[in-house]
Order: sequence, then structure tokens, then C-alpha cells
Amino acid sequence: MDKVRDRILSGFSVAGLFVFLYWAQGNATEYQVRLLNNCAIFITLAVSYNLINGICGQFSLEPNAFVAIGAYTSALLTMTPAEKQLSFIIEPLVWPLNVISFPFWLSLLVAGTVTAFLALLMGFPVFRVRGDYLAIVTLGFGEVVRVVANNLQSVTNGPLGLKGIAPYTNLWWSFGFMTLTLFFVHRLTGSSFGRAMKAIREDEVAAEAMGVRSFRHKMMAFTVSGFFEGVAGGMLAHLITTISPVLFTFFLTFNLLIIIVVGGLGSTTGSAIAAVLFVLGGEALRAVEEPFSVGPLQVPGIPGMRMVIFSLILIVVMIFARKGVMGREEFSWQGLINLIRGVQESGVQGVK
Amino acid sequence: MTFSIFLQQLINGVSLGSLYGLIAIGYTMVYGILRLINFAHGDVLMMGCYFAFYAILIFSLPWWVSFPIGIFLTALLGIAIDRGAYLPVRKAPRISALITAIGVSFFLENLGLVLFGGRPKPFHRPPVFGKVLEWGDIRFLTLSLWIPSIAFFSLLLLLWVVYRTRTGRAMRAISRDMETVRLMGVDVNRITSITFALGSALAAAGGIMWALKFPQIDPYMGIIPGLKAFVAAVLGGIGNVLGAALGGLLLGLVEILLVALMPSLAGYKDAFAFLILIGILLFKPTGIIGEKLPD
Amino acid sequence: MTYDGEADLRVRQKGLPGEPLKKEGRPMRNVFAGMGVVFSLLILAGWCLAAERVKIGAYLPMTGAVAAYGQDARTGIQIAMEMEPAVLGKKVGFVLTDTKSDKIESANAVSRLIEKEKVVGIIGEMISGDTMAGAPIAEKARIPMVSPTATNVLVTQGKKYIFRVCFVDDVQGEGAAKYAFHTLKARRAALIVDKAQDYCVGLAKFFKDNFTRLGGQIVAETFCVTEDKDFSAQLSTIKLANPDVIYAPNYYSPVALFTRQARELGVKTPVLSGDGAQAEELIQIGGKEVEGVAFTGHFHPQAASTRLAKDFISRFHKKYKADPNAFNALGADAYFVLLDAIARAKSTEGERIRAALAKTKNFEAVSGKLSIGENGNAVKPMVINAVKNGKFIYLATVNP
Repeated sequence: MDKVRDRILSGFSVAGLFVFLYWAQGNATEYQVRLLNNCAIFITLAVSYNLINGICGQFSLEPNAFVAIGAYTSALLTMTPAEKQLSFIIEPLVWPLNVISFPFWLSLLVAGTVTAFLALLMGFPVFRVRGDYLAIVTLGFGEVVRVVANNLQSVTNGPLGLKGIAPYTNLWWSFGFMTLTLFFVHRLTGSSFGRAMKAIREDEVAAEAMGVRSFRHKMMAFTVSGFFEGVAGGMLAHLITTISPVLFTFFLTFNLLIIIVVGGLGSTTGSAIAAVLFVLGGEALRAVEEPFSVGPLQVPGIPGMRMVIFSLILIVVMIFARKGVMGREEFSWQGLINLIRGVQESGVQGVK
Repeated sequence: MTFSIFLQQLINGVSLGSLYGLIAIGYTMVYGILRLINFAHGDVLMMGCYFAFYAILIFSLPWWVSFPIGIFLTALLGIAIDRGAYLPVRKAPRISALITAIGVSFFLENLGLVLFGGRPKPFHRPPVFGKVLEWGDIRFLTLSLWIPSIAFFSLLLLLWVVYRTRTGRAMRAISRDMETVRLMGVDVNRITSITFALGSALAAAGGIMWALKFPQIDPYMGIIPGLKAFVAAVLGGIGNVLGAALGGLLLGLVEILLVALMPSLAGYKDAFAFLILIGILLFKPTGIIGEKLPD
Repeated sequence: MTYDGEADLRVRQKGLPGEPLKKEGRPMRNVFAGMGVVFSLLILAGWCLAAERVKIGAYLPMTGAVAAYGQDARTGIQIAMEMEPAVLGKKVGFVLTDTKSDKIESANAVSRLIEKEKVVGIIGEMISGDTMAGAPIAEKARIPMVSPTATNVLVTQGKKYIFRVCFVDDVQGEGAAKYAFHTLKARRAALIVDKAQDYCVGLAKFFKDNFTRLGGQIVAETFCVTEDKDFSAQLSTIKLANPDVIYAPNYYSPVALFTRQARELGVKTPVLSGDGAQAEELIQIGGKEVEGVAFTGHFHPQAASTRLAKDFISRFHKKYKADPNAFNALGADAYFVLLDAIARAKSTEGERIRAALAKTKNFEAVSGKLSIGENGNAVKPMVINAVKNGKFIYLATVNP
């Protein structure tokens, strides 16, 4: 009975989301649409990053590399030869990239596959180590990818980057893919594979002793993570229409890290919520940086306070609320109903 | 490449390498004792430079007073960070401490940006460091002699503290088993604060040397030295002080020689450093010297 | 592992059934509520009191890797605003958004400026890459954008609403090559290029093309990356090649460090750079070793001829006790040019301002007489400045 109820509720919410998107497409302002797209992309990134970090427990710092690979692959495939010629003014683009031009959906697919494949290759050396060393190795790979992107003038156009990428990303694509990612990751974590990953997270030695092939599962998490991050990267490229290596530094990884930590390492829902908070909160916090008037007084804005506040939030969360917003729990309809009932009850009590 | 050019590059490499080494020994000491990769080490370095800079600027103190003041203030900063940010997460899984360190790093950088502004500030180089010495075709600053000397001296100082003092003994004990040491009645928190103070002081010293060599400071200046020092520390065997110094030397030499021998690949310099890092971690994670727990 | 402390905590936190979770003190709540009401009233009052303004927005990197340039531009704009605080009879309202030196933020910032703040014109950004992220949004919304320092040719290409008050990379590179060849009589040039900055890569390429076309020879091409502080290896290569001139197109701090190290290593070749080098810090950081460094630039404080320039420089002096650098001046110029266009258009409509901007001719800006030419690029004379006796001196003008 519960399961049917859950399915119906989920179905309705997804439908509701798409009705909202349909309305937004026509009526929301460009700024709002942009923010919504950002939210969807960051949710996708956070949720896939959480798969390897939170659910599988392998603390890695490489998403900026995967996003970069995905973004560049996708952009290089969709840009028309004319557009490419415009961008590559120092050195021409290498064959066959300079003559091909794929449709958007195909380029995303290829981007995801290429990233997943590279994740697979990277996984072999990476998972030979654990713990702190794993973090360092993935950080190193992330930087290597960025430096290579900066130098491979004839493929990535070096520091000049790619410009004039067609803005294919719209609400349908970003939210559509986000829903797909959420669904897939949710099913994966709920499956036996997911349970195995969680076992690895809790105690790898014990898991191995119980017969869980840890390497295989870590690879799986890593590759799946890579696929989704790669596609998200492609969508990002087609949203901002210009990419260059400077977009894919450790800052990006750091932002994603804040998101999944604040949301709760190990909770897909938490990552999604935190991603939305991050995008919207970042914009809302701009108020701190702009001067505003309190009556006749002018309070000057302090640019840079936003980032100071973000870092403080991370530190405070780590000290006081390490579990994050959702801890390890996931969203469930039952949980929501309980929450509502709980609030109702305490409200009734409070009046007394 | 002629011999004199090679010698010149060697001197440059030693100068740069010992600078990396100086910064690396503080980094590796903290890791060796607390098993914490202090991502904020580079930013503590940056704060040390700014402390010294403002000591000179506001109070017009001569350099041989303001540099020690800068180092002292940075040691206090290190203690503050330990007490404020790392102590509460000491009992937590290691990942939490790592993330907190990343948070502290970003916090310091952005705080520096807000307080000091983004424009690089010129760092005064006292004449005693700036004389150019010539030896045939080879030229170098007196600074190139100072840095290895100070690095060497700091290394000896650190080794003496860790191996010959009671506090050092406590540090080594903590690196083995913190809980038992606590049960033995040692004030673990005090010892870790001292560890951080020492590490931060070394970072500040390294930072001031860095600022003397490259006379400008800005809030993001600590990122690269911190990262390079980290690679150096891992290279030498993380936790091993002597290894860090040698690792730094090696890294500096490799970097300079790479750019000198293959100038067209200079853009890949950082990638090489990281590939070396990854290679070491995969094939010989204990580093060149070996991850000797300080004992 | 067996004791589930988490569950225990959960039970304790939830409280026993029937117990309210928190007991809030009544007085504190009232105080907060009261403060909130007063605060909101004040803000409302301020909002009502604020007369109608002409809103100009700026998206600049105030944090992040290139925060220095954004901060400089903002300083310039602030002084420019003091000088000309009104247009079309209304006060100018200025809104600044930080791009964090990041493209995603740049796009969001422009979007927000247009939609939320309803600005009539935008100044920004300082880096070509970030400007290219924000430009399509302004173009689509038909809000004119003036960049102080984005020098990549691709920024304005194919766009009607995007303008700049600085040179394009090819103009500067060509000017530098001509100066090196004709004035310095150099025939052998060495380069040091920051591979991670499109500004440097662009200038270097155009210098190379023009220099070789004139008949010169590139004897060494070395590379570095941003944040590099040690150039000893590159300098050894350059020293070996024995060039007549070293072209080091970069921003002031790397140029200062590079030149200092060059002189320390005994490399006495004249160093030529670009407009990014024009800043007090070049001399402060470089010390006496940067004597003789020449660069293509926009203006020279001493030889400033326009009224705006003189006024701007004297105000800057009074406030900051220093000469303005290229970023301050260009930030101010972006503001002045935009304001001038609004005044000439006699309207705040995007289309009209754009048309007026495109027709800008011989506008007496801080950085010289400026016209907007093809593709929205600035056409103005270039100066060659050099460092002499610890100051910037003016050497020559290269007319367009």
C-alpha cells in the first residue's frame, strides 16, 4: 500500500515539476531561468560527486577534471567548423575535430562516455591507494587535466578557450537530465551495488571479508560518477557559451565539496538540497556585497564577503553539524508525512 | 648547454629547492604528528608575510625586528587555527579534518583579500639579501646563499626539538597513539598547539624567504608554495622531516632543469610535478626516504 | 560499531512525546521582532527617499585570481562618479557585482544586473573570457556593455552591443613590433609568454607575426604560467640567444619580477611589454632594475592632455597619493564613455545608447582621445612609456 502511494506521489511531483518548467519557460525572466538551469546542473554534479564521496566513501577531489573533459568534448563536437575557425586563432584545430559537428544530444552522450572511459582508466592507478592519499592523487589528476587543457593549443585552444558555443541548454535538457541522474543514482544506491558501496564506506576490510569485491564497486561508482559529471559539464558549456581552463580549477571541486558536505555526505537528497541552497544562496548573499541604504545612511558593501561567509559556513558545519542537513538519510514520502505530523503535534503542544 | 649555464641552473635550482624544502618541513611535521594534511599551510605562510609587511610599514621597524615579529604572530595564528578549527574535529573521521583544513585555507585567502586588497604589494628586500655576486659567468644574489643556510638551520632546529626535547618526545608519542598518550597524563592539546605553532612559524619563515626572493605579496601567494611544498613532502616520504627537505631540493632542481632543457614544455611544469607526485604515491608511497614515523 | 549512538541522540533530541522541543524566552523574541520592524521601516524609507536614478551596473572580478584588476577598475569608476555624478538631470546609481573571476558568475552577474537591477548600461569585465560569458546576455537583452580591458578580438566580434575602451590585442602587438623594429632597431627578439593568459598569448602572437613580417627574427620563445615567480630557467635560454629586445607582454607584477631577475642574472637587453604593465607596482616591486622597461600603453599621467585626465589624475593623487594605473584609468573611461553616450542619446533606451556609443568620435577620455570604430573597438593613439629614474616617462605616440 505504501509503495503504491509512494509511486503515485513521486509521479505527481515529477509531473508537477515539468508543468512548472513549462510555465517557467514562457513566463520566467531570463535571470530566473538562468538560475534554474544552474540549480539543475549543480544538483546533477553534486549528486554524482556524492556517489563516489559520500556513498562509496572514497574521498576524491577530481570532479573538476571530469567536468572539464565533458565540457570540452561536448563543445568541440557541437561547434560548427565556422565557429571553430573563429575561436582557434592561434593554432588551428586538429583533424577530424575541425570538420565534424554533432547534434547536441549525441555530443552529450559522447562527452559522458569519454569521461566515463577516462574515469575507468584513471581508476586503475587511483584505487591502489586509500584515504588521504586517494584525495591527493585525485587532486593531482584534476590539476594535470587542467594544465593539459591549458597547453594543448590545437585541441582545446589553450587559455583562450572556446567561445561562441551554441546555447542549447534549456530547462528541459537540464532538468530532464537531472531527473534521470537522480533516478539512476537513487536506484543504484538502493540496489545491491549501492549496499555494497555503503559497506565499503563503513569498513572496507570487513566488506572484502564478506565477499564484496571492493575494487569493482569503487570503479563502478567512479565511472558512473564520471559519466554524469561529464554530461553535466557538457550542459554547463552550452549554458555559459564559453569555456576555458580557468573554469575548471580546484575552486570548482571545492564548491562541490561544500555542497555535499553541507547536504550530508552520503545523502543524495541532501546533496540536491544543498546544491539549490548554494546557487540561490550565492545570489542572495550578493546583498552583503552591495551597498544598501538604511534610511539616510549608506552602508557600503564589502566585495569578497560572500566567499568569506561560504568558507565560514563550511568550517562551522564541519565543527557543529558534521552530518550536514540530511545526514545519511534520504527523502521519503513517509518521512515527509511524519515530519508534517510532528510539526502539527508540537504546534498543538506549544499552544498549551 | 655549456658547463657554466648548467652550474647557473644548478644554483638556481638549489636556491628554489631549499625554499620548497623550508616550507615543506613545517608541512610534513604537522602531518607526521597529527596525520592532518594542513591545506592551510600555504595560506598561513601568506599571513606571515603580511604580518611582517605591516610591521615594517606601520611601525617602521627594521627588518631584523619585524621578520621575527611576523614569525611570532604567525605562530600565534597557528595556535588559534588549531584551537578554533582543528581541535573540535580531532575526534572526527580524518575526512572531516581534511575538509576543515580546506575550509580554513579558503577562509584565510578570502579574509586576506577583504582585509588587504587584491593588489600585490611590494615586499622590501633589505640590501644584505640583495647583493649580486658574480663568479665568472655565473651570477646570483646573496639571497641564494641565505635561503639554503636558513633552511638547513631550521631543519637542524626542528630535528633537535623533535628528537632531543621532552616536548618533542611527546610529539613523537602522539604520532603513534594519541589516546594512550592522553591517558599517560600528557596534555595532548598543549602539545598539538605547540606543534602548530612551530609549523606555522616555519611556514612564516619560508614565506618571508619567498617574499624576499620574489618581492611581492598578495592574498593568493600561498597556494603555489603550499602545493609545491606538499609535493616535496610526499616525495620525501610524508611525515619525514629530512625527507621533506630533500624532496624540496629535488623538486626545485627538476623544475628548473625541465624548463631549461625543454623550454617548449614549460607550460606543463605543474603537470609534471603532479605526475611525479602521483607516480610516487602509486609506486613508492613511502617516498624516497621512506615514511619514517618520527622515532 | 555496535552501539548506535546516533539513534540514542535522535531519541533524546526528539524529546519525550508531549514535550515541546524548545522553550523560547518571550522577551528576546519580542526584542528581535521589534528590531526587525524598525529595520524594515528604515529600509523602506530609504527606498522611498531615493529619487529616480539612472542605473549603471558593473560586473568586475573583486575576488578570485584577478581581483587586483577588478578592484583597480572599481577605484577608477568611483572617482569618475565623483567627477560626473549625474546625467540627463538625474543622479547615477551604481551597482557592482562580483564575478569571482569566474565565467559562471559573470553570466549570472550580467543577468542579474539586467533583470533585477534594471541597469541601462553595463561596465565590465576585465578578462576577455569572463566578458565573453556575459556578452551574449547583454546582446540579447539589448543593453550596451563597455569593457575596460578585455582585449581578445573575439569579445566584440559579431556583436552590436558590446564595446571596449582598450586596444585589441592585434593593435598592441603590432605597435610593439613596429616600435621594436623601427625605434629600437631590434632585429632579434626573444619572447616570454604566459601560456595561461589569453591576453599574453594574444599579444605575443601578433607581435611575432608583425615582427617577422617587418624582417625581424624571433631567436627565442620561452613560456611561463600565471603565478610563476621564478624565471631563471627561461632567462638562461634567452641569455644564450642574445636578443636585441625581449618582449614580455604581461601584467605588472610578473613583468617586475621577470625584469628584476633578468638584471640580476646579467641580462641587460631592453624589455618591452604591454599596457598591463602600467602600474605603480611595477616600479615598487621592480625597484631600480626596471629602469628602461618600455611598454605600449594608453596614456601617460604627466602628458595627459584632456581635461578629464587632468582632473582624474589630481583627484586620484589627493585620495591615494599615487598615480593612477592603466586599470584605474580604463575603468573610469568605460564609465565616462558610457555616460557620454547616454547624454548624447538623450535617452536611457538600450538601442539609442548603443547607437550613440557606436558614433563616439574623439571623446576626450582619461586615456586620450577615443573613438569607437569597427566592431565596437576603441580607436585611439597608443603611447610608448618607459621607466626612468623611478618614474614613468612618455616616449612616443603611435597614432592609429
